[in-house]
Amino acid sequence: MITPNRALLAFMLAVAMVPLFAAQFTVTLVNYIGLSALVALGLVLLTGIGGLTSFGQAAFVGLGAYTTAYLTTRHGMSPWGTLIVGMAVTTAVSLALGFITLRLSGHFLPLGTIAWGISLYFLFGNMEALGGHGGIDSIPPVDLFGLELGSSRAFFYVIWVTLLAAIVTTRNMLDSREGRAMRSLRSMTMTEAMGINTLRYRMVLFMLAAQFACVSGWLYAHLQRFVNPTPFSLGHGIEYLFMAVLGGAAAVWGAVFGAGAVTFLKEWLQDLLPKLLGASGNFEMVVFGLLTIAVLHRARDGMWPILMRAFGNLAPQRAQTGSVEPALPLPRRDPQPHGREVLQVVKVTKRFGGLVANNNMNLTVRAGEVMALIGPNGAGKSTLFNCISGVNPPSEGEIRFMGQRIDAMGSREIARLGMSRSFQHVRLNAEMTVLENAALGAHLRGRKNFVQSAWRLDREEERRLLWEAAHQLERCGLGEHLFDAAGSLPLGKQRIVEIARALCSDPTLLLLDEPAAGLRHLEKRALAELLAKLRGEGMAILLVEHDMDFVMGLADRVVVMEFGEHLAEGLPQEIQTNPKVLEAYLGGVDA
Amino acid sequence: MNASVALILVQDGVTNGAIYALLSLALVLVFAVTRVIFIPQGEFVAYGALSMAAVSAGFLPPTMWLVVTLGIAVALVESVAALREGAAARLPMIILKNAALPILALVAVRYLPLKTLAYPLQIAVALLFVVPLGPQIYRLAFQPVAEATVLLLLIVSVAVHFVLLGLGLYFFGAEGGRTPAFSDGGFNLGSSYIQFQTLWIVGIAAVLIAGLALFFEHSIYGKALRATAINRTGARLMGISADLAGKLCFTLAALVGAFSGILIAPITTVYYDTGFLIGLKGFVGAIVGGLASYPLAAAGAILVGLLESYSSFYASAYKEVIVFTLIIPVLLWRSLTTHHVDDEEH
Repeated sequence: MITPNRALLAFMLAVAMVPLFAAQFTVTLVNYIGLSALVALGLVLLTGIGGLTSFGQAAFVGLGAYTTAYLTTRHGMSPWGTLIVGMAVTTAVSLALGFITLRLSGHFLPLGTIAWGISLYFLFGNMEALGGHGGIDSIPPVDLFGLELGSSRAFFYVIWVTLLAAIVTTRNMLDSREGRAMRSLRSMTMTEAMGINTLRYRMVLFMLAAQFACVSGWLYAHLQRFVNPTPFSLGHGIEYLFMAVLGGAAAVWGAVFGAGAVTFLKEWLQDLLPKLLGASGNFEMVVFGLLTIAVLHRARDGMWPILMRAFGNLAPQRAQTGSVEPALPLPRRDPQPHGREVLQVVKVTKRFGGLVANNNMNLTVRAGEVMALIGPNGAGKSTLFNCISGVNPPSEGEIRFMGQRIDAMGSREIARLGMSRSFQHVRLNAEMTVLENAALGAHLRGRKNFVQSAWRLDREEERRLLWEAAHQLERCGLGEHLFDAAGSLPLGKQRIVEIARALCSDPTLLLLDEPAAGLRHLEKRALAELLAKLRGEGMAILLVEHDMDFVMGLADRVVVMEFGEHLAEGLPQEIQTNPKVLEAYLGGVDA
Repeated sequence: MNASVALILVQDGVTNGAIYALLSLALVLVFAVTRVIFIPQGEFVAYGALSMAAVSAGFLPPTMWLVVTLGIAVALVESVAALREGAAARLPMIILKNAALPILALVAVRYLPLKTLAYPLQIAVALLFVVPLGPQIYRLAFQPVAEATVLLLLIVSVAVHFVLLGLGLYFFGAEGGRTPAFSDGGFNLGSSYIQFQTLWIVGIAAVLIAGLALFFEHSIYGKALRATAINRTGARLMGISADLAGKLCFTLAALVGAFSGILIAPITTVYYDTGFLIGLKGFVGAIVGGLASYPLAAAGAILVGLLESYSSFYASAYKEVIVFTLIIPVLLWRSLTTHHVDDEEH
């Protein structure tokens, strides 16, 4: 039977045979594919995962190549030593560039890398110490356990083993706590509200992409034994991006496929087109450009998913099931005594330009109670939620959570203090499974970083995180959907996934924005039971809801808002008979 | 350095800076309206300059074949779209406007005595076969993905740059082109000699900038573009077609690019790939303005021009390095003063 894993194994075996049987020309070509795939893999991380991009990857390749070329020929350093130096320099440069551009909107990184790519290219070409445009030759071969890897056939295995290691560790990393955070970067507000520092992960992705490129450059220098500025130009940086986009920026194997396709196609076109057109020129540029445009118009995920789908029709469908191994429960926060005030909103005002969305709002929530916030549409309930959770801080007033002022804090710091929320407009990662989405909420309860997960040193913790996520989903009645893609669930259930995700953070205060919207009667009842149970455990719950049966049956206290202001507050029965509230909702009883 | 050298450098810097300023305005316009970071802007500079060189040597601009081909492609795409909507009655107009018009223009120009034509007419002919590429490219490459993320649009933009660069080499060859000056000679100002062409460049750039300002302030199309730049959805609700706005600003960008090429062709040799670096320097100016402010972008561009001319005097080998490193402190400053985080949910 053909399975993806077996096909992959067959592919790797075929690649392993290349140096034994193929002609020199093919060996060289496959070597270059491996080198390019390594760079493209970095771009898959950056573009497909992080939603950022860089045109300057060729410059990082050059940084790796020139560092080793210069230090081995002029200072007699060992290539292994220069690899470390190159990586260190690359890390420093990428962090500096990232620091400068990554706080700004997404397009400043690519623009910054264009400038960086051009500058470095001209620097290579003009510095006497680096041999100017002539470059540096006589770079020594790499020495592995006394074995001199001088021939390109011997070096072949170094390149492909490196690439394979990079692919495996990248996949491991993406399938982990920090990997889930990286995969959620496009939805910045939600990710930050889960306590995740999105800037840090964008930095990490850019740094990793740069390091992959640097290693590729180091390999290139010792394969070629000669460097000059040409292969590190901006044009080549753009070519790497085309490889990632054409292959498929969302899948790690897309990088290998894209690198292979572009390298072969280029070789072939450079031969064919000038003959065909009877003129010399860079016609392959035109073809790659047009291909890229076509792919972006018609198949934004690149060619790899298309290939896989065609392949999937041959192979039996992979079942969408799995199992979660039992593990030790994660440590929990100290419970709050019932009745303790955990949240105080004092005279909060929020203005958007001239519009006052919240005016002088007051509110308290205690541990072990459900506080409902109701009011007509446009009363400013969601705005107040955003003020409390730090998504959009208030213009004036004071908000205290667990005795600490939080009105100037970002949503990330507030999440850390034990507040978690759901969103009125569902914000899930549609492509991740329900289980992974929920596990994102438990991010702050893990410690292992991306390096540890790349080498699978995080498995114990990962089991505990996933066990917690599965447990919370089970509690919310989603036990049968653990391995479904979150986007495939009906909207009502997606809202429940958001609640499970919030619960995974073990919050002291839970903010729910219209949790019952889109639920059927029985589902609503189950949700009410769950919230009542959480309340019994001492959790404080603040919810916005329009379903009055749901609110009145569940809430301990109710606050009513109208036109951004505090209209009434009290027990559910008091609110139901309050003439001001009736007027706000029904437009006046005596009219 | 003595005063006269300094003055020459200033003259150089301001001349180039005026060109960069024009380009940076076009880049800001295109970005504000369509969110496209218009990397191929530089190719329009090269196409404009080299087409002008061809016309003044008595040849037809080779880009005309591209205009005709893309015209037919646009006609095809539009016809398919019209047929899908069941609006077959629009077909004759679509074909006439997009495909027939370029062919007619081509036929008409064939019979013109290009070499002996008056200079302004030669410019008109050169522009005629470069500027239409702007809206054509928008229609074919960008309009189908107009709602995509800035990132995707940027990658498309770079792909278009690649295509135009490759075609540029095919059309114009690897040799550079130069054109005669608008008017020869110059005059002495104090101790330095000022070419008339320099005055032309700075003067025309100023006139174009003023023209653009008038266009945006007073014409209905200019106002429509401004509305789209401020709020695309809102503008569409007011009946402003996003497609029309896109084509319009690509036309303006192509015009500004090609005309800039024609302006500089008399003072510097332009190669098929020269435009890219010129366009990018316009970008550095635009980035100084945060891709949002026109006056800041123009000021940034002049700064780039001055920085370039002074660094070519002091450290000519590192001229490009210095100019492109300028964006680092600018970005750093912006990064430290911006607290805004944008959340695109795509």
